[in-house]
Amino acid sequence: MDTIVETDSLTRKFGQFTAVNGLSISVQAGETMGLLGSNGAGKSTLIKMLTTLLPPTSGDAMVAGFDVAKEASQVRRHIGYVPQMSSVDGSLTATENLEVFAKLYSLTRAERRERVQDALEYSGLSKFADRLAGTFSGGMGRRLEIAISTLHRPRVLFLDEPTSGLDPVARDTVWDRIRTLRDEFGTTLFLTTHYMEEAESLCSRIAIMHAGHVVALGTPAELKASWGDPAATMDDVFIHYSSKEPA
Amino acid sequence: MKRTGEFFSATFTIVELEFRKLRHDPTELVSRAVQPMLWLLVFGNVFSKLHGIPTGGVPYLDFMAPGILSQSVLFMSIFYGISSIRERDTGIIVRFLVSPAPRTALVFGKALAAGMRALSQTAFVYVVVVLMGVHLSSNPLAHLGVILLALLGAAFFSLFSLLVASITKTQERFMGIGQLMTMPLFFASSALYPIKMMPGWLQVVSHINPLSYQVDAMRALMLENGTSTFGLGTDFAVLILASGAMVAIAGRIYSQIVT
Repeated sequence: MDTIVETDSLTRKFGQFTAVNGLSISVQAGETMGLLGSNGAGKSTLIKMLTTLLPPTSGDAMVAGFDVAKEASQVRRHIGYVPQMSSVDGSLTATENLEVFAKLYSLTRAERRERVQDALEYSGLSKFADRLAGTFSGGMGRRLEIAISTLHRPRVLFLDEPTSGLDPVARDTVWDRIRTLRDEFGTTLFLTTHYMEEAESLCSRIAIMHAGHVVALGTPAELKASWGDPAATMDDVFIHYSSKEPA
Repeated sequence: MKRTGEFFSATFTIVELEFRKLRHDPTELVSRAVQPMLWLLVFGNVFSKLHGIPTGGVPYLDFMAPGILSQSVLFMSIFYGISSIRERDTGIIVRFLVSPAPRTALVFGKALAAGMRALSQTAFVYVVVVLMGVHLSSNPLAHLGVILLALLGAAFFSLFSLLVASITKTQERFMGIGQLMTMPLFFASSALYPIKMMPGWLQVVSHINPLSYQVDAMRALMLENGTSTFGLGTDFAVLILASGAMVAIAGRIYSQIVT
């Protein structure tokens, strides 16, 4: 298997504060990596560095074979990003939102037409194609965002808390969409979440971050086993690792 | 070549996006047209009765018409950055910054989109000015020049605004600084009175204010007996260089808006 995301002593400081501290992880192509951690653990900073939004203070990160600091524009061609906040433009229709990014990713006219239609269909938004995205429910908006982020068929898709604030039904439709991406396109997924069940059901491996470090890493089963108690839940594991004093 | 193609394709995608937004909701264009109308109808009418301002022989209303056009473009452009702060707060901007579109293309697109709004302002002001009987140049090419100047002014000030937005990052701080900048830029220019009427220190300020060059060239081109103080060559050179520099600077700083 190919390594598609690899970091080596990746560090980001904000003044005196070290948000991500000497982080070294690797993710294989096709994996779904879940990133857990309390607020402030460094998850978003890590994602921002991997998506080229924030330059590392020191250390290296390679995404899809390119260096995030030195080859940022190459990295950007191969990744998709669904940010934590809603990133669809409410003053444009669903189709327009898709069209804009199909163009920014330099898809040909034929690809554009086909993929925008496709995207609307599999997001269940065909009927609302010409409605302003500002009128969409949370789940519809999220599905549109995922559709936009995958128009160019990225090799890695980063999702920052993709289901936060969604009702259970909407969450299910988002999960479905994420599973399809993984199974049909083989997209590597890198997602952060606060929902343990989400991490457990979607992710092949989970990294728990605490105070800028990865404090635990493994399959959900491995993490629970490492805890010793066969009845342990992911919640137990998470609370255990996230309540340690920072080293 | 491919890179150049991608650059312009990204630029025009941004312009198209802004155009579509305005088509969905053109309220802003209409409401923006009110202010220059008031300046011309109220301020212009009153001040043209004063005869205290040495306009070089042209009626005061004629003298101030290009000034008000410049001002309306300035006011619209100087707050343009607020839309980027909104896009930052909602997360929209992140999506653009992780796309392979060059950042300079993104900001250049924004500059042209501001220009597009400036064109609608220009059209409104021309209608009012014609109705008020301002003596316009009979040369259509001169008016094309005015349009170009409106585009350049919009590009410079909207990118300046984008730069301020990228640094201030919040609406509150941005609005404070925006308000702070608007009036000095306007009054330290030749929009309402000739530069030579100003006290010495203000003359210095007005010489580094791109708005002065915009007004100067507009006055020369728009009016029947318009003349330029700095020379049209200087005016255009200053505006083109300043706008070009702004594209380069804003392209570099723009991504900091998300940090």
